This record gives sequence, C-alpha cells and structure tokens, in this order.
Amino acid sequence: MYPELGQLALILALLLAVLLSVVPLVGSLTGRDNLQAFARPLAAGMFVFVGLSFAVLAHAFLTDDFSVAYVANNSNSMLPWYYKFSAVWGGHEGSLLLWILMLTGWTMAVAIFSRRLPSVMISQVLSVLGMVSVGFILFIVVTSNPFDRLLPNVPADGADLNPLLQDFGLIVHPPMLYMGYVGFAVAFAFAIAALINGRLDAAWARWSRPWTTVAWAFLSVGIALGSWWAYYELGWGGWWFWDPVENASLLPWLSGTALMHSLAVTEKRGVFKSWTVLLAIVTFSLSLLGTFLVRSGVLTSVHAFASDPERGTFLLALLAFTIIASLVLYAFRAPVVHVRSRYGSLSREIFLLLNNVLLVSATLLVAVGTLYPLVLDFFELGKISIGEPFFNLTFSPLAVAAGLLLGVGTFSRWKKTDAGWLARKLLWPLAASTLISTAVMVIYGGFSPWAFLGVFAAVWVTTTTFWDLWDKSSSKKGRIHGLKRQSRSYYGMVLGHLGLAITMAGATIVSNYGIERDVRMVPGDVAEVGDYQFRFIDIGERQGQNFTAQYGSFEVMLDGEPVAELHPEKRQYAVGMSVMTEADIDGGLFRDIFVAVGERISDNAWAIRLQYKPLIRWLWLGALFMAAGGFLAISDRRYRIRERVVRPSARSSHSPSAQKGPQDAAGAIT
Amino acid sequence: MKRFLLFLPLLVAVVVGVFLFKGIGKDPTKLDSALVGKPVPAFTLKDLQSPENTLNESLFRGDITLLNVWGTWCPSCRDEHDDLMWLANEKKVAIIGLNYKDSRDDALVWLDKLGDPYSTVIYDPKGTLGFDLGVYGAPETFVIDASGVVRYRHVGVVNTRVWEQVLLPVIEEARENG
Repeated sequence: MYPELGQLALILALLLAVLLSVVPLVGSLTGRDNLQAFARPLAAGMFVFVGLSFAVLAHAFLTDDFSVAYVANNSNSMLPWYYKFSAVWGGHEGSLLLWILMLTGWTMAVAIFSRRLPSVMISQVLSVLGMVSVGFILFIVVTSNPFDRLLPNVPADGADLNPLLQDFGLIVHPPMLYMGYVGFAVAFAFAIAALINGRLDAAWARWSRPWTTVAWAFLSVGIALGSWWAYYELGWGGWWFWDPVENASLLPWLSGTALMHSLAVTEKRGVFKSWTVLLAIVTFSLSLLGTFLVRSGVLTSVHAFASDPERGTFLLALLAFTIIASLVLYAFRAPVVHVRSRYGSLSREIFLLLNNVLLVSATLLVAVGTLYPLVLDFFELGKISIGEPFFNLTFSPLAVAAGLLLGVGTFSRWKKTDAGWLARKLLWPLAASTLISTAVMVIYGGFSPWAFLGVFAAVWVTTTTFWDLWDKSSSKKGRIHGLKRQSRSYYGMVLGHLGLAITMAGATIVSNYGIERDVRMVPGDVAEVGDYQFRFIDIGERQGQNFTAQYGSFEVMLDGEPVAELHPEKRQYAVGMSVMTEADIDGGLFRDIFVAVGERISDNAWAIRLQYKPLIRWLWLGALFMAAGGFLAISDRRYRIRERVVRPSARSSHSPSAQKGPQDAAGAIT
Repeated sequence: MKRFLLFLPLLVAVVVGVFLFKGIGKDPTKLDSALVGKPVPAFTLKDLQSPENTLNESLFRGDITLLNVWGTWCPSCRDEHDDLMWLANEKKVAIIGLNYKDSRDDALVWLDKLGDPYSTVIYDPKGTLGFDLGVYGAPETFVIDASGVVRYRHVGVVNTRVWEQVLLPVIEEARENG
C-alpha cells in the first residue's frame, strides 16, 4: 500500500511544480501580486510531497519490501540497516529521486531565505526552479518509477547492493555531490530571472553569490569524497582517474569556481555582466550534462550504471530544452553595450578576468577530453583514447598558472594597482616560495620540473595569502584588533585559497614522490618500499555480516621500528558472488601506507600491492578547507542583515566594511 | 554584430547536443571494429624486450594468437594481468602484447615484477599501430587467426568468464575454418 502512496505523492508534486512554474511567473509579468503570492506555498508543497515520496521509498528499503522492484534489485535482507538506507540512492531511480529531493529542498530554501528580495524577482526565481523540477519529476514518473511493483511473484530476497557501494563513502558521496550539482540550479534560476526582467545589476549578483558559494562548497566536498572513496575502495590506490564520470563532476566545479569569481566582479564593479550570466547558465548546464553522462551510458566509465536508450533520450531532450531555451533567452536579452567602467591593466578586475580565462580553458580542456571520443565516433574517424597522459600534460600547466596568478591577484586592487608597489609586495613571497620549494625537493630527494613548479605554486599561494592577511590586519590598536576587523567573507577567501594550495601540494607530492610496488609474496617475506619494510605474516579467513573474507596480516616497519599492522582483505559477497579488494591503509597527515591483496599466484604466494603515498590526505584536506571557506563566506553579516532592499539602480552595494579608502580598495574580493 | 556573438554559446550547445544524441544507445564497450575479417595492418615497430629486433605484421602468421593491448598506466590492465598469466601458463594460449603509449622502462619493470604472459611484446610508444587497429583504450584484446586476419575484438578486461564465453568460441571457430 505504501509504495503507491509514494508514487501518488510524486504525481502531486509534479502538479504543484507545474503550477509553480506558471502561476508566479504570470503574476510577475502581469504585475498581479495575488498570483505572485502563490510562489512560496507552492514551493513548500512541492518539497513536502517529494520528501514524503522519498520517505516512503526509504521505508520500503528499511522494511525489506521486496515487492518493490527497485528495492529487490538494490537491497538484501542481510544488509546492515545503514546500507539499506544508503541503498535508496544506490541505483538509477533512487538517486534520481534524491536529486529531485535536493532540487525541491533548494527551492524551499530560496523561498525561506529570500524574504527581503523584491516579490517580482523571487516569483520568477521560484518559477524557474519549478520548471526545472517539472522536467525532472516528469522524467522519474515517466521513465524511472522507483515504486514499480513485482507482483504477484514477490522475490524472497533482494539481489543485493553492489558491494562497491557498501561503504561509508557511498552513504555521503552522492548526497554531497548532488547538493552541489543541484545547488547551481539556484544560480541558474537567478540568472534566468534577471534575463527575463532585464535587471542584470549588482543586486542580482549579490543575491546569487551566497547560493553559488554554498553549492560550490558542497560540490567540493562531494568530489573530494568521491576521490577518497575511489582511493580506498577501488583497491588500486589511485585518487583520480580522469574517468568520464569524474570529469563530469569536475566540469561544473571548474566553471562554478569561475562563476564565483566573476560574480564578485559584477557585484563590486558592475562589469562582466553578460559573461557572468553566461557562466551561471553554463555551470548549471554542465551539472545537467554530468547527470546525463552518468545516466545515459554514452561513454565508457568505471561507474557501471545501467544504460537505457529511452532514459538517455528523455534526459537529453530535457537537457536540450533547458539549455537551448536559456541560451536563446540569453542571446536576445543579455546586454550588448557594456558598462563603461574604467579599470587599468593591473587592476583586480583584470586579474579576476584572467582567473576566469584559465578556469574556462580548464573547463573546455576537460570537456574536450571527455567528449572527443563521441565526436570522433560520430564522424566515424575511428577511435583514439584520451587518457591520463593527455589530461596530466595539459591540466597541470593550467593549474600551476592559476596558482601563480592567484598569488599576484591577492594583492591587486580594484580599478588600478601600482606596478612598482605590486612588484615590491611580491618580492618576499617569491623569495620564501623559492626557498621552501627547494627545501621540499631536497627533503623528498629528487628534482623534477613539474614537482618543483607544483610545490612552488602551492607555497606561493600560501605565502601571498598570509602576507596579504598580515598587511590587512595591521592596526594601531594591535594585531588582534586588526585580525578581528577582517570580514568573514575575507577569511572565507583566505581559507579557500589555502585549501587550493593544500590540494595542489598534495597532488604534486603524491604524484611525483609516491612509490608503488607490485610484488609476489609468501608468508614470512619482507618487501621494501622506500624507507619502509613490509613483512607478510600470514593469511587468514573471517566471516562478515554478508561476506566471507580472506585477510592478510602485514607488519610495517620504519628502520626496524614497527609502525603499524595492516589487514587488507579479499571479500567474497554471498549474494551475487562478487569479489572485492579491501585495501588496508595506515593513514597519516604526512603519508599513507597502503597494502592490497591481489590474486593468489600459487599455493601460498600472493600478488601484493604495496604503496607509500606522501601527503595524499592533503588532497581531501584542501577540499575541506575550500568548502569551509565557502560556508564561512556566506555567514558574513552582509548576507544576514538586509535592512533595506537594494535598489536596482544602486550599483554600489558595498558592505559596511568596504568603504572607499586605500585599505579597502584592496579589500577582499568577496 | 555584437548581438550575433551572443548566439555563439547556443550554437556550440546545439552541436554538442547532436553528438550526444548520436551517442545514445550505442554500447560504448561494444565497438565493432572495421578490421574484423581483414588482415592486421602493416607496421614496423621494435620489440619491447629486445629493442634491436624489428617486428612487422608477419608476426601473426602461422598460429592463432591473442593480441593484447596494455600499458602500465592502465589500472584495468593490472586487473587482467593475473588472468593473462593463467591463460599463458595453464591454457597455453599464444598472447602477443602491444605495449601501448607507454615507456619502455616502466613496461619492463611491470613484466619483471608481475610475470610475462606474452610470447612477444610489440613496443608502440606513439600508439601508431594502436591507431591503425582502432584502439579506443586499453585493455583491448584481438583474436587473430593463423593467416593474420583479425577475427574478433574484445574491449575491456579478459577474465575466465570472458575467456570461456567469448574468446574461446571465436578461437575454436577460427580453428575449424582455418
């Protein structure tokens, strides 16, 4: 009985979404307040019914209702309860429902937190979000109903959740990633609303900024979690494979980063408007493209989702409609005549423009690398592979360039920066970075140009960020007072940039100084990896809740001193008979020790993979810093206190702390 | 003119959309090779283990062979390696390796450590033969009959199941016809 209620709730949500996409929009275009007033209640209703349907599906999983086909395909009575719950989004239908839940959740959040916005604006934003919801709820109802029943032959037990997905990483990775993907829908809706009523101004940029930043922060965490999960769960110790699905999540992140920075310029200086609005559309389009790539199976990927041509076609139609409609609107409505705002060649505007150029180039690069096989296939030009070598070769220079530019840009000021002053500012960071990167090369033993450049860029970002913080916090009333005087959004920026530096340092060091050894070992053997010795003690068996495992015991020593004992496993899952490699990792801030058991080579000899991964945790730590920076930035007072509605003509929407003056002209770009 | 530029993103989106649409429904792992039924393309490449030897397409004459495309940069190749060892040792299958877009040193270290299932390894650092074969990405395995004609192309990892259900029937058929 319950599952039918879930489906009914979805259909009701669809009807509310249709109303939401029409009624408030008509109200805003005809100036009828009574119609606009429907926006918030409709958004709330839509969220409640989608939430209800999600709860019904979760209930079906937790109570092992195998009469529901989706539950029978993705769960099993032997699963622990938390995997039963996360199995809700372990397959196509459920993850789509989660996507929709988040979309309506974001819509609801906009309805709640935008009370101070002009009613016309908010009606249009909610209407646009309603339209996106219509598309996706229609998609799930028509092609991917999670509540389909297997009646009358109810299976006795389910087919089990893919063992790869039975993991803590999977409980949290998709929700975070979707929060990011879907969050960009809000920035998109603001952009579309601004295009509809022709009010692309500083106020619009100011309203969009916190939403974009939050979505971006969630996406950062989501990508980091995915990479962490691949590292310890896929069993071979890589952390980024340039797989199409990974790239699909990186694309909106890159363009979203560009969007955050260009929104800053649009808010503060009123320039780059057409560009910013295009970025908002592109970022959300890339989120949709990511969803499409994962769900349609047009590209090969380690993410083995079932592909279904009907779903692919529907999703592409949805994508096409959204993107074409918004780009047509853009082409007709975006302002052609730019605001003549003067800025010099060394101004902060220019640095942020260059930042955008680099980020968009990176986006294009990843997009081309990901879609190239499709294009060649289309022209029947045969197939060539674009793998890690291509991305590593082309992406690294862009990342280093972005880091170097960031360091210089940190000191720049709006309108105009004095070249001599800027050069003097950069002298100390330059010296410090050269010194520290050389020291790092010596410590890790071995120079390579890319390692040096990567470390240099990371240290450069760090030193310039701190130098700038030091500069800004100087105050007659003492350093503490000066530090307190900085806004939260400035600290958000500092954290975000430090996070980038940490991730860059981690990626560079682990790629250049990590050691991997594949060895054949019998119990009693000792193998060396760098300074570490690994002793293979023995191999045993154990019984898990829904699997049996063979586990090896390894003693890890550093110069004869024991460091850790590791127990990597090979698990055999009872249902479906799949085998999973569970690596065991001794983690640390400065290095990971990684052991995985491979195939049995002969009676007692095993293929063993041993790895030493310096600074690998920094990759994900950096992402957490970036996300924390994002959340800190939006907690800034100026987003919470909005005593007056900013009039569209008021180009200057400076925060109280950003009054004119030499100090604040160089202030945070936030 | 400036307004025209604003239509550019739309144009790009439509073109990308056409490619995506054409991609739907094609199973990307089932790449039919234009080469099936045709001889292995001509090539002149060095031997991986003995660089002084030059190899060419005559390598594939005389016996039914598997041509396995691999590289040390490819995690799935590591995955299938143990199965290739098993094929070579237990099933006595002649496997010729095509070391694809790789460095010689890495490849030699790999074979040294994990064992060498190949009778010969063709060293193809620039991917020229791979390109002629239409290799999409490693690993890929081709079944080539005794007269050097490509009989089948398998994209992805070879394991016992693929061997029994896919490759072995093709080889047996090739044997009967040959």
